[in-house]
Amino acid sequence: MAEEKKLIINGKRIDGRSPDDLRPLRIETGVLNEADGSAFVQWGGNKIVAGIYGPRECIPKHEANPYKALVKCRYTMSPFASKEEHGRSGPNRRSIEISKVIREVFENIVVAELYPMTQIDIFIDVLQAEGGTRVGAITAAAAALADAGIPMRDMVCGVAVGKADGTIVLDLGKEEDNFGESDVPMAISNRGKELLLIQMDGLLTKEELAIAIDKAMAASEKIHAMQTEAITKRYEKLESEGLKL
Amino acid sequence: MAESAKDLVMHDIKRSVILDMLNKGQRMDDRAPDQYRPISVQKGVIDTAEGSAIAKIGKTQILVGAKMATATPFPDRPKEGVFSVNCEFLPLANSSFEPGPPDEDSIELARVTDRGIRSAEVEGDNSITENFFLEEGKVMALFLDIYVLDHSGNMTDSASLAAIGALLDVKIPKYDPDTKTLIRNETSGKLGLKHLPIATTFAKVGQHTLCDPTREEMLAADAKLTITTTQNGQIAAMQKGKGAFTRDEVLDAVDVAFKKSAELRKYVL
Repeated sequence: MAEEKKLIINGKRIDGRSPDDLRPLRIETGVLNEADGSAFVQWGGNKIVAGIYGPRECIPKHEANPYKALVKCRYTMSPFASKEEHGRSGPNRRSIEISKVIREVFENIVVAELYPMTQIDIFIDVLQAEGGTRVGAITAAAAALADAGIPMRDMVCGVAVGKADGTIVLDLGKEEDNFGESDVPMAISNRGKELLLIQMDGLLTKEELAIAIDKAMAASEKIHAMQTEAITKRYEKLESEGLKL
Repeated sequence: MAESAKDLVMHDIKRSVILDMLNKGQRMDDRAPDQYRPISVQKGVIDTAEGSAIAKIGKTQILVGAKMATATPFPDRPKEGVFSVNCEFLPLANSSFEPGPPDEDSIELARVTDRGIRSAEVEGDNSITENFFLEEGKVMALFLDIYVLDHSGNMTDSASLAAIGALLDVKIPKYDPDTKTLIRNETSGKLGLKHLPIATTFAKVGQHTLCDPTREEMLAADAKLTITTTQNGQIAAMQKGKGAFTRDEVLDAVDVAFKKSAELRKYVL
């Protein structure tokens, strides 16, 4: 890949982080007034909002399952989310795939059997993007589901680990994502320590992958603590103060 | 947005409650008829956009992002820039919003916002797009995307405030004639906005005319009217929604629109 771009100089990454540092992360719940639950995640240059509706009537009705709620997910990116050209709004091939893998994260932990014939909608919008939007989306959606009071078997958060200039680095930024050797986005359940999402592109050895997963597991503890704090804080205030972008 | 039988019954009940209260001189949230809910506008909230603003009126939250690009001019206007407004009702903004292509309501909102800005700031002399000509066959384009994040009524005025906020925030990227691309981390200046058109929306419930209707008041309303006015004393756009207004009602509303838009404009400056 592009070798001319140095991503690590003297052990520091281009944004000054060490290999095991997360970008600054802020999680807030209850940012939307209409949704049944919501969360906002600012993670480095990412700004992601998630809103939950449901359990509510399943539409179309023929999809309804008499044994459990359907979990549905829609991940989209705003046309102004990237530094480059004006994007197209609405779903595209990339966002359709991401919506599916995120849904498959939450199908594992939502206690859907409690709500037969209904659906639970997870809507995620990336307002501003800087690499790692899908893991930010998962982190936001999990906090939003908790905010909505949806029963869950476990909590989940996302984090990506990758390889840049031969070093395994935590929480890839945009440049590292674009020019690094590989990218492994993961979602990890807090109690079960299971990988509810793992994707990968680029090249890694088995040893490197093991390191990547270990780093993600360690980081997930920190992220989970922040999710818990965001959900707890929600109960300190009565009224939503809205989005703080 | 199909309305179920349950919704229709609820509308009738809410309408009678809202109307009864108005007849006693009360609004459901204790506001005066011409009083807006708390307003805030924050500019420069999206780093990846050339300009952005989030406007909040009460519990309604609308984000507008402005992106610039190079474009081919329209054949009949080879020297003029392109200005385009789009609107997305995000499904997370209200339980009645469904995923899918823009419906008639979101298209209308985009077009009403577009018309106010286009009439005042894009067409005619001192247009904000007059310096958008780059070279033969190439001009700059300005895209406004209205992102509705929370719909608790009066999206039109919130979108208008956020749109003007985003335009005021725009930093025009430099054009590199050699590569024929925009240099996004360098700027050639700001847009020269002169008129700052702001929309003000009225709902008529029975004999009462209300500013800044909530979603519930809008469901109870017989008629809806949006008037966009500039700081130079001109009307830039009007759009009647449902229902009917008399001549005098419209003219009275215009007076209020000028007064209210002057108040609203302070929040974007």
